[in-house]
Amino acid sequence: MTTQTATESAFEETAPRASAISHALASSPRPPRPTALSTSLTFGQRALLKIRHVPEQLFDVTLFPVMMTLLFTWLFGGAIAGSTNAYIQFLAPGVLVQSVLMITMYTGVTLRTDIDKGVFDRFRSLPIWRPSALVGMLLGDAVRFTIASVITAIVCLGLGWRPAGGFTGVVVGVLLLLVFAFSLGWIWTFLSMILRTPNAIMGAAMFVLMPLTFGSNIFVDPSTMPGWLQAWVNVNPVSHLVNSVRGLMNDVSVGSEVLWTLGWSAALVVVFGSLTMWKYRDPR
Amino acid sequence: MTELAIETNGLTKIYGDTRAVDGVDLAIPRGGVHGFLGPNGAGKTTTIRMLATLIRPDAGSARVLGFDTEREADEVRSRVSLTGQFASVDEDLPGRDNLRLLAKLYGYSSAAAAARADELLEAFGLTGAAGRQVKKYSGGMRRRIDIAASIVVTPELLFLDEPTTGLDPRSRNEVWDVVRAMVDFGTTVLLTTQYLDEADQLADRISVIDHGKVIAEGTSTELKASVGSGTVHVRVMHRDDRPTAKDILARELATEIEEANDPQLLVANVTDTGRVTRALTSLEDSGIALAQFSLGQPTLDEVFLALTGKPVESDEEVAA
Repeated sequence: MTTQTATESAFEETAPRASAISHALASSPRPPRPTALSTSLTFGQRALLKIRHVPEQLFDVTLFPVMMTLLFTWLFGGAIAGSTNAYIQFLAPGVLVQSVLMITMYTGVTLRTDIDKGVFDRFRSLPIWRPSALVGMLLGDAVRFTIASVITAIVCLGLGWRPAGGFTGVVVGVLLLLVFAFSLGWIWTFLSMILRTPNAIMGAAMFVLMPLTFGSNIFVDPSTMPGWLQAWVNVNPVSHLVNSVRGLMNDVSVGSEVLWTLGWSAALVVVFGSLTMWKYRDPR
Repeated sequence: MTELAIETNGLTKIYGDTRAVDGVDLAIPRGGVHGFLGPNGAGKTTTIRMLATLIRPDAGSARVLGFDTEREADEVRSRVSLTGQFASVDEDLPGRDNLRLLAKLYGYSSAAAAARADELLEAFGLTGAAGRQVKKYSGGMRRRIDIAASIVVTPELLFLDEPTTGLDPRSRNEVWDVVRAMVDFGTTVLLTTQYLDEADQLADRISVIDHGKVIAEGTSTELKASVGSGTVHVRVMHRDDRPTAKDILARELATEIEEANDPQLLVANVTDTGRVTRALTSLEDSGIALAQFSLGQPTLDEVFLALTGKPVESDEEVAA
């Protein structure tokens, strides 16, 4: 099975053989219909294979979080908390959330590219559980988000972050973040069904992500904000997520915040998952 | 019960103001190759996307292999397969990975999927390129992996999209051999093409589609006969002689003479082939040197021109 350069060109000259093709046609038993879980995992596997063959696509999940973390810590640290070390204790869980949520939008861009190239039409033409291509894609993205989380956490630790919740607290916090990121991903899958270009999706995604991430409690305590902004920050689902993640990582009781986060996640999946699947039947 | 592979009734798809597919009625029997011929933007692709359950018709209905494309879409999906621009393989992944993933999606176990992928790669002469990304394949290899991907599970009906566009003659013959092997096995093939000689070579029957409508249907011989019993091609040795030759031919054949794009060529459709000999004598008498003089069936290109009023290669971009 090893391919050697020397034999490769010789192989390329091999013409297809009609007899072998006839044999291949005749020798295909129709396997039993695969389960929804199995096809979703196969699509997840596809996403991982793509990372292996196009490692450049890890740029966004590696460099972007590092840049954000360093920039915001040094930019605001002195002004907001008196020192970068004091600020990173507050900022770290928030910047984790920010890093991961920002890169979720690449899900939509990737999907639109697949649609444009016709790859998605092949998946849509298969007799499988319909959402599995999208679910699998989001599962594969969860791996990218995990990489981004690990890198961000390491940078934060390097800057002096010492979470009271310890390793377990950080891991549970990241898991909750992954659940929310998976749910948020359905907005981008829907956008890629209705918008025609990756650029349009990026634009729309920024329009959604900016108020969600900056209009939250990620960077500063909302108590100094004007009333109307506080009102938005308080209903913003990302604020619930950040409160939960911060609480879990700092070993502080989080009360109903986790429930709010999970509730928002479920609502996103129900609403945008349904919209996506409705458009999936007939995308443009 | 039904022996039809494809049956449609007033199939229609509208995009904005464009009736991309405008009431198409098809009745295509099982087995063999059915050609689907038309210029870009004629509605071929949209029709096939509806038949393959990729998009939903705005009006009309379609049954594929006896199943309704809307109500029994999953039954259709498990029996048909698509190639080319209808359903691409993933260019970022190697050929082997593409085939393995598809086999798993069809329900093969990992081990069986790997074996199936290797079997197909071997049959299509792609074993040496199995580990390379598809985007690095040559045109011919790309077409072969496309077809291999569409027969991971043998389909009863294959939608084959422009399988030889941009291929050199040798690769073209290879792809034709593959198609013939599939037909021998019993798969029905619906072939879309802009190449008339491809349709001539492969297709048992042809539907000509233009402006979202089927404008002619039949075997290639029937289509040719519908245009005229014979076509005269006259090629003068010197292009300056063409106007004189045209006058003589118009007089002798008593029909309209067309000036082809080739500045030395004249083409005429004749019903009375008896006049042709006289025309040849007259040309000789007036001292016009001829490079070619032939009487034969029109080419499918001429049929197409006669039916649609434009050559088949016209690359007018019509918004889909």
